[in-house]
Amino acid sequence: MNQLFKKRKEQISIVQQFFNRVVKTEVKVVEASQIVICDGCKQAIAPESIKANQGVCIHCGYHMRMGAYDRLSLLLDEGTFREIDKKRTSFHVNDFSGYKKKLYQYQQAANVNEAVVCGSGQISGMKVAIAVMDSYFMMGSMGSVVGDKITKTIEMATQKKFPLLIVSSSGGARMQEGILSLMQMAKTSAALARLDEAGGLYISILTHPTTGGVSASYAMLGDIILAEPKATIGFAGRRVIEKTINEKLPDHFQTSEFLKEKGFVDQVVTRHQLKDTCAKLLQLHQGVNL
Amino acid sequence: MKSMSAWERVMLARNPQRPKAKDLLPHIFEDFIELCGDRHFGDDAALYGGLATFEGTPVTVLAQSKGRNLQENLECHFGMVSPEGYRKAQRLAKQAEKFHRPIITFVDTAGAFPGKEAEERGQAEAIATSLKLFATLKTPIIAIVLSEGGSGGALALSVADRIYMFENAIYSILSPEGFASILWKDESRAKEAAELLECTSFDLLDKGIIDGIIEESEGGLHQHQKTAILLLKEILRKELGILSKKKVKQLLDERYQKFRVMGNV
Repeated sequence: MNQLFKKRKEQISIVQQFFNRVVKTEVKVVEASQIVICDGCKQAIAPESIKANQGVCIHCGYHMRMGAYDRLSLLLDEGTFREIDKKRTSFHVNDFSGYKKKLYQYQQAANVNEAVVCGSGQISGMKVAIAVMDSYFMMGSMGSVVGDKITKTIEMATQKKFPLLIVSSSGGARMQEGILSLMQMAKTSAALARLDEAGGLYISILTHPTTGGVSASYAMLGDIILAEPKATIGFAGRRVIEKTINEKLPDHFQTSEFLKEKGFVDQVVTRHQLKDTCAKLLQLHQGVNL
Repeated sequence: MKSMSAWERVMLARNPQRPKAKDLLPHIFEDFIELCGDRHFGDDAALYGGLATFEGTPVTVLAQSKGRNLQENLECHFGMVSPEGYRKAQRLAKQAEKFHRPIITFVDTAGAFPGKEAEERGQAEAIATSLKLFATLKTPIIAIVLSEGGSGGALALSVADRIYMFENAIYSILSPEGFASILWKDESRAKEAAELLECTSFDLLDKGIIDGIIEESEGGLHQHQKTAILLLKEILRKELGILSKKKVKQLLDERYQKFRVMGNV
């Protein structure tokens, strides 16, 4: 018995030493300012290992937010992306509460001119029209320019008979542009109705977060709806609901898995399998499209 | 009346005395027959729908319905529609298309119901599907914003060929309180927020979102609703006359363009 305890003690100390070493080496290699804390497990990760693992936490598998261009590299065949409206910005808007300044700051910081990047490209050799939202730009909020770029992408899919992919990542309609932002929900949904009538395929991919006016328009209108694991997806904000019903909501409420359970998502797909899944779906629709 | 502040109009729009859809409908339509249920889950009292005739023409009426007392308001979630309400509207709208009836909607909601069950039953999907369906319905649609048009919950009933607002109605992406809380993290500054929000009928006419304003007498709709009802009936008569003469393709192309240009520069 004593021996057993001794052995166990030794094993524990080996594990402890190992962890100490890991933490020490991480601190040595990565400067404190560069360490990324995973939102899922709160552990520190080196940026290189996040990048190498496509923004998925190496400890817990949490899918971190992904910029639009990184997402396009993940989904499209290399060198096939043709962007439309790359330079369009929302500078024509009312300026209250420092909106213009905010837009400028995001343009400098987020590497995109607006919260969506649109164009055409190929997935395993198959042509697609694609719009990818970027939640690093003003939480991916949808103003007039975002709505219009997405509508143009949908119309391109209808006209050129390309299957359509939209990757949503947005807090909802952009409050600073008021009622015109709200109308983008109607505009994009109307364009999707036309694509539908023309027989076009639309695959909607929901990533963290897909909420508010974006969830209540094009995000929920896919022929096929895929979601990344543990993304927040829903219409009303969690706090608003808790305030309305005066009770605490369960942790998994409004997650991808929750929506699948309730029947609003076809599949929860990990980021590593996303391109393959899309390619298979596109393959199955070859020839029947439009 | 144009000189009133936005906040004064918000107050009029929310005045408890202001008529609700159920108060007005008997003065506009004849022979209203209520139709209930979404055929999937239940019947939502916040969405009052049915058949009626307007000066002899059969129409489908879809009205967001606030209660007239506490009991009614508890039943209809203070006029905040749940997924089954939007799905009831979809069902009745498809039926209207099938039988070539024009649709007249009344918008009066602070927003879609933000409840646990509403999310579980797909509030986002229900609104999205309504937007898509109404965009291509092959029958004329006229939307009337009666008092409060709040966010996606209101938009789901206002994808239409014509959108009219009562003069003191408001229509916005979120409530002045919500806007104040986002801008300044302070709900009590709703009065200031209302001005910035540009939510009055005159603001929306300026922006090209609505087609016209139904004038109210001084003091608001609850003071002299008779005149406003006559004006509304005149508008319905005129617009139904114009819209019902249009070929389906032209009707749908114009509806598409109406929303297509919103927000474009």
